[in-house]
Amino acid sequence: MTRSSGAETGRPGEVREIFARLTPLSVWRIGERLVESTLFLAAIIAILATLAILFIFLSNAYVFFLHVSPAEFFLGTRWSPVIHGAFGFLPLLWGTLMIAVGASLVGLPLGLGAAIYMYEYAPPRARAILKPTLEVLAGIPTVVLGFFALIFIGPILQDLFGADFFNALNGILVIGILIVPLVASLSEDAMSAVPRGLRDGALAMGSTRLEALGRVVLPAASSGIFASFFLAIGRAMGETMIVVMATGASPRFTFNPLESIQTIQTEIALRSLGDLPVGSVEYLSIFALGLVLFAITFAITATSGHLGRRFREVYQ
Amino acid sequence: MRPRSRFRRELTERVFRLLFLGAVAAALGALFLVLAPIVVTGIPFLQPHLLTNLPSIRFPDRAGLAVAIVSSLWLVGLTLLFSLPLGIGAGIYLEEYAGQSRLAGYLQWFVANLAGVPSVVFGLLGLGLWVQFFRFGPVILAGALTLTPLVFPYIVIATQEALRAVPRSLRDASLAMGATKWQTVEEQVLPAATPGVLTGAIFAASRAIGETAPLLVIGAFFMQGFIPGGPLDFFTPLPVQVFGWALDPRPDFRALTSASITIFIIIVLLINLTAIVLRHRYQRRR
Repeated sequence: MTRSSGAETGRPGEVREIFARLTPLSVWRIGERLVESTLFLAAIIAILATLAILFIFLSNAYVFFLHVSPAEFFLGTRWSPVIHGAFGFLPLLWGTLMIAVGASLVGLPLGLGAAIYMYEYAPPRARAILKPTLEVLAGIPTVVLGFFALIFIGPILQDLFGADFFNALNGILVIGILIVPLVASLSEDAMSAVPRGLRDGALAMGSTRLEALGRVVLPAASSGIFASFFLAIGRAMGETMIVVMATGASPRFTFNPLESIQTIQTEIALRSLGDLPVGSVEYLSIFALGLVLFAITFAITATSGHLGRRFREVYQ
Repeated sequence: MRPRSRFRRELTERVFRLLFLGAVAAALGALFLVLAPIVVTGIPFLQPHLLTNLPSIRFPDRAGLAVAIVSSLWLVGLTLLFSLPLGIGAGIYLEEYAGQSRLAGYLQWFVANLAGVPSVVFGLLGLGLWVQFFRFGPVILAGALTLTPLVFPYIVIATQEALRAVPRSLRDASLAMGATKWQTVEEQVLPAATPGVLTGAIFAASRAIGETAPLLVIGAFFMQGFIPGGPLDFFTPLPVQVFGWALDPRPDFRALTSASITIFIIIVLLINLTAIVLRHRYQRRR
């Protein structure tokens, strides 16, 4: 490698100065800076993508709000764009929240239970099989889960409970299953990050394994576990294919999970399926809905990240 | 602590242990419950023409996945072509160059939050930006550009984890020998991190092939009668084709959907298993 000074001939001082600056060593430095800048440009894609979402959604939502007053959108209780020209998004928000809360009630306890089993009770060999199997479950495309809900779970709920053909419970159960691997894997990571000595100390003082878990490991891992919960809730809120195929398209306020409902995600997917004329109010409305969905899930993910950081600060 | 009888404590322990086991059993049971009936229904309808024929809305017994498979290959290939250089580059920057600066903290925050954005939101971004604003229309290129920011954060995070696992001493030795920062990263750190980065890339491919909602939103449709020949052709990726057939209540279409899903699942499982096995071997070596 030639890294010697290149200015060895008897040229006038100024030229020599320039040559000295252009020695391979400084060329090398320019290269290094170029590489670093290029990598930096790749890294700011994360910010650019977020800004692009905001820009596209806000600009379309702005035009939408020229046609439909924000008061009607945010406070209206009827969503019926085509028949009644009604754009009240509350029934859709209700549907999304209902699915997210229901799926969390199913998925969070199951996920945490599975995590605890893998952490404390599973023999090493079972653990080595369990983790990848849960990962396989996590990798099943959601359109497959949606088909499963439509073909198998739906009819069972109809026969057993007299549910509607499309019903909220169906989506709740299947999305609940969907978030189990996420919670199990991340909560198990959080528990494993708690110093083993804390648990062993509790056992040495005469605790049972359950008592060591409940009084030492789980409290110590709590912020990490809650981080995984928030991530899962955000996932449940944004999941689209399963609600499209299982929970129906009837915007309504109901507490009855056996009825057909509609979520924000369903509206976005179904509305765009029907070849909307660009610029029509219906077309613009899905961007306003997308903005709401983005804002809620962003807040949830940010909360999760905050909890996760606090957890790592304590243990790493 | 309230003194309690040893018997009750032991009993509680056992009851809860069973509950935890039950949670695992429920999760695994769900996996089989989902896959078994679909695969059992689908297997009798697995015939070679399913892979080679064009789709049909009139003749389910002659319909095939040729358009869907070629569309998905194009889509995943282009998505990786865009997202891998960006994601790996960003991962290298964050892990090797950014240090503990405030800017690095912000970038990391945005990457983490991007990973939590619902896929349907990326679909709307693709619709508004690529399909409408840049007037690409609902073509493969628009689909790949829509999925790129979706898989980007996963590749970044996988790259960072792979780089973090490379021992500090390797970097120090390289720098001490007079290598520059980039020479160190390129010739020492990256090769050591390759299996981890590769695992992340394979998981990204698996995500890209399984995504349905964003592609529906940008306008990919499921009645396409020709095989796409380039990035500017219309397309029907596998999951979108499956969705289209799933909506058809005729019994023959149920069977066709099950058979298509069987093929789809085999592809996705093979991709995921490759990644899992690769990671397992790599971790054991470390």
